[in-house]
Amino acid sequence: MKKEFYNIAKLVTQNSKVLDVGCGNGELMKYITENISKDIRGIELSKSNVQKCVEKGLTVIEGNAEKDLRQFPDSSFDFVILSQTLQAFLDPENVLNELLRIGKKAIVSIPNFGHWKVRLHLLLKGTMPVTKNLPNEWYNTPNLHMCTIKDFENYCKERDIKINLKNLKFHNFFSELGIFILEK
Amino acid sequence: MNKFNDIKKIIVEKPLKLDCGQTINNYPLAYETYGKLNGDRSNAIMIFHALTGDQFASGINPITKKDGWWNYALGPGKAIDTDKYFVIASNVIGGCMGSFGPSDINPNTKKPYGTNFPVITINDMVNAQYNLLDYFKIEKLFSVIGGSMGGMQVLQFVSNFPNKALTAIPIACTASHSAQNIALNELGRQSIMADRNWQDGFYEEQNKQPDKGLAVARMAAHITYLSKAGLQEKFGRKLQERDDLKFSFDADFQIESYLRYQGSVFVDRFDANSYLYITRAMDYFDLTKKFSGNLSKAFEKSDTKFFIISFTSDWLYPTSENRDIVIALNAIGKNVGFVEISSDKGHDSFLLDVPDFLNTVKYFLNTSYKQIK
Repeated sequence: MKKEFYNIAKLVTQNSKVLDVGCGNGELMKYITENISKDIRGIELSKSNVQKCVEKGLTVIEGNAEKDLRQFPDSSFDFVILSQTLQAFLDPENVLNELLRIGKKAIVSIPNFGHWKVRLHLLLKGTMPVTKNLPNEWYNTPNLHMCTIKDFENYCKERDIKINLKNLKFHNFFSELGIFILEK
Repeated sequence: MNKFNDIKKIIVEKPLKLDCGQTINNYPLAYETYGKLNGDRSNAIMIFHALTGDQFASGINPITKKDGWWNYALGPGKAIDTDKYFVIASNVIGGCMGSFGPSDINPNTKKPYGTNFPVITINDMVNAQYNLLDYFKIEKLFSVIGGSMGGMQVLQFVSNFPNKALTAIPIACTASHSAQNIALNELGRQSIMADRNWQDGFYEEQNKQPDKGLAVARMAAHITYLSKAGLQEKFGRKLQERDDLKFSFDADFQIESYLRYQGSVFVDRFDANSYLYITRAMDYFDLTKKFSGNLSKAFEKSDTKFFIISFTSDWLYPTSENRDIVIALNAIGKNVGFVEISSDKGHDSFLLDVPDFLNTVKYFLNTSYKQIK
């Protein structure tokens, strides 16, 4: 399993009610189900990923987070997880608002466009950065709204979203990924 | 009726007040079971059939000698694994496979009820079938499962008996029958009623059968169970055992021949009045009505874990209507999964060999079962 998932799972309280938005093939959900809380479900857009979740015996709702989060009542989950998907939404601002409405806490991870390798790639090669976390070319990337850790922190500050970092230390220059616990 | 002498049935003594206002009692409810009930009676599944189904879901139907309608899904080692689960299936009231229906003899007149049979609803069907839980002394079902009208019964069951099913799988259904579906059912009914042999519903006492009307109803309905792409792929413009058009109204095209065949075999196994009554029950189905339009309220008291399934090419009970149920459940924080299966087989997908669908049912049941063991 990806190291990122261990780091996210660590932030989830035992036996809490969890929603994994864009749960992919269910790897993280499966880990959380087996180790932290059985009260977890996911939303996933891709049919093949939904089938993989089903095969793992996970509760998955096939749907689109941009439209389907609104059906959940306020504060209906203890944690809402969004792993490296925020940048791919048409309207990430709306999705973030929804996450913070339906979750008491939101755990959000983003690929950091401010990482030194990304910066160096653009500086030296003069082409759009392609890295382990950002493997696509400019013409086929699903990422519509790339940002840096610093951008994201600024965004939260402007909107009075509390970033609860706890033990996490992420740096705009050295971290390929930012993981945040957000509260409204 | 004699041909139903050898099938299993219970006589329900407990009076049932129907939605239409009449009360029935001492009525037959025909059923079949598959698999074995375990010691603590925790492995029971109730499945509900669709419009023209019956209690013989798996194996060979002893009356029609045809395959059971859910042979792909139900049986040893299958999605609903009868090596593991005890499955109860019954014939809905209003039906024609041994349960109380319009071809039964009215004790007052000594003649078949015909259209003097009371109009029944999905709610009535489910309330009648609930008696099987008492009969088998089952405190809580492990699951309730059904597609199409069977799915409507699943929804109604959970709403009526919120703590009697651990899990529920409504498939390709709706919480409220749409105008389009009412229209299609009306087309079928009018076709039956337009048949001279129908005789206002009292055809049996005159030894007549409105076969033509019933066959046309079936042909029209059958089209709605398929998809345009599926039809095109299977039949296209292929001709039926001929090299060219015959410039007549014979079945030149394979699709015509196929539909005629579907109509003709249907009349051998189904009663025209049952078709009227059951389609009426579907049309009357609106689970939101009792709750001022708020579907969530229908499930508020339930602790059932849902898994809802729809199919991409189903235009009769489209994904959007299935998703409305998901939305209603999510809105009150209930446990619900949802999958839209890719299939070009239309509404009928739930009856056919669609591996993603069968796997979904299988994994959901097995995982849920593990959690209670």
